[in-house]
Amino acid sequence: MKQPLSNHPFNNRKLRIAEYTMPVLLFLCAFISVLTTIGIVYTLFSESISFFKEISMSEFFTGTKWAPLIAPTSFGVLPLLMGTFLVTIIAMLIALPIGLASAIYLSEYASARVKKVVKPVLEVLAGVPTIVYGYFALSFISPILQTLIPGAGLFSALSAGIAVGVMIIPMISSLSEDAMRAVPKSLRYGAYALGATRLEVALQVVLPAALSGVISSFVLAFSRAIGETMIVTIAAGATPQMTGNPLNSIQTMTSYIVQVSLGDTPHGSLAYGSIFAVGLTLFVITFFLNILASAIAKRFREAY
Amino acid sequence: MQEQLFSPKDPQVLKAEKLQIASRRKKDSSLKLLFIAATSIGILALILLLATILVDGLSSLTPDLFKNYPSRRAASSGLKSALVGTIYMVLIMVPISFLIGVGAAIFMQEYAKKGWITKIIQLNISTLAGVPSIVYGILGLTIFVRGLQLDRSLLSGALTMSLLVLPVIIVSAQEAIKAVPNTRRDASLALGATKWQTVQRAVLPSALPGILTGVILAVSRAIGETAPLVMIGALTYVAFLPDNVLDQFTVMPIQIYNWISKPQTEFHDLAAAGIIVLLVMLLVLNMIAVILRNRFQKNL
Repeated sequence: MKQPLSNHPFNNRKLRIAEYTMPVLLFLCAFISVLTTIGIVYTLFSESISFFKEISMSEFFTGTKWAPLIAPTSFGVLPLLMGTFLVTIIAMLIALPIGLASAIYLSEYASARVKKVVKPVLEVLAGVPTIVYGYFALSFISPILQTLIPGAGLFSALSAGIAVGVMIIPMISSLSEDAMRAVPKSLRYGAYALGATRLEVALQVVLPAALSGVISSFVLAFSRAIGETMIVTIAAGATPQMTGNPLNSIQTMTSYIVQVSLGDTPHGSLAYGSIFAVGLTLFVITFFLNILASAIAKRFREAY
Repeated sequence: MQEQLFSPKDPQVLKAEKLQIASRRKKDSSLKLLFIAATSIGILALILLLATILVDGLSSLTPDLFKNYPSRRAASSGLKSALVGTIYMVLIMVPISFLIGVGAAIFMQEYAKKGWITKIIQLNISTLAGVPSIVYGILGLTIFVRGLQLDRSLLSGALTMSLLVLPVIIVSAQEAIKAVPNTRRDASLALGATKWQTVQRAVLPSALPGILTGVILAVSRAIGETAPLVMIGALTYVAFLPDNVLDQFTVMPIQIYNWISKPQTEFHDLAAAGIIVLLVMLLVLNMIAVILRNRFQKNL
């Protein structure tokens, strides 16, 4: 027989209220994360729109001179974009081969004992704050570059790019290793049974099977390098220019935003508005790269 | 007549096959060396980084560093206000991000029905995790510093950081809650407990170590972040300790950045000493996280 509700040991007012209110409160918590995104998009767009009323979009996106603080002012974002991509490409040239090779070693060659030592070390490398990499770039990498290459300055895209590259190695190696470890053992055994060497198994069986995860890790690392701020602020200089020479001092989108926020740029001025336009450009680029990374990981995943 | 199963091979073919196998083996072992070399580069980079910092910073790592406020002269400069600022910021940030993050995770794992809303929230959380930290700085500057008129205060910094670490906490709390076996929930519900009682008394206690690990990861992320706080204007010469949440403040990485950007090398050594302090804090936090993780794995 059903117990009458009033006698039920769990039936009290406080409990019933909690039962109704908690789901709502918890939903609000989850909704705050959505609000954060809305806040980011709204902030960037609304301030950028007033900036683009003064400076036309075509001037902003095709202009080759960035001089927001010195008269005559000029707002062409291409030098900042070029600086950003120069640093990012240098970083990828370093992190991609090293990260992938480490992933192959850890997933296909290393014994459990070696893994137990190497993986935490790479985790530590991933947890080092970017300001520390910035210091490392300025006080270790730059002086070495200066002795090796005559004419290299203290601030250069190369020095910052190398430091950013070191920073994203663990990201590529751990994400790629995860993807390679997810390839079923049976595929490897099949190849070994046919007489393949470890290298052939790694490059011709495991890597192709894990390719979507590996490429998605590259894209994520690329996006991370584009958004990296402190290393480039410290080590890449503050000279916005159209250059492909890695020994030059350059400026990236992120380090420009920092430069303006450090100065006394008055609220409401064009230079102040420009950080939102640059921030929006940065946000859109990284947003699409992140979407691309997850689309690659999902779409081309081989299901076994 | 019995048919021959294996026909004897031409010795010449046999020799060629042996050579081919030898060359494949050689390729395998030589590339193995290359892979090991590549892996060592990562480790070597860490060693070089730590060595550079220790060599530069150890001489400036004195008790005075902790007692002094920042100063124009390197000899009497310290990071007292920065260290206290970092601790205060974390103390305000942790409860905010813990409540919101764990609440969101409970909603997603225990309450949300599978549907488009859940999908959007989940997609949104992973999107937020990939937003560059400087963009959070722009958000904090617009919403907290200017919009809510909180100014360049400790509270603005802590709120901005709470939003920044939210995805980290939500994702790790979700993982921890997902790992709680369903038998616990079923047992609690079978005893007549309500949904919320089950979540509160059966699920959360056993997910707690995992959730705390996530919180520690979030704290280690927050104490190393520089860019968003530079944006909201924490980079000021702060020669006092904040007494309330609306005071101006500075934090460790910002003080370090300030010292790095000065031309004199004495300040660079101070920066290295500050980095040592920062890394020791991170190391301690990570050790706690590892201990919690081990305990968590035992309990399940």
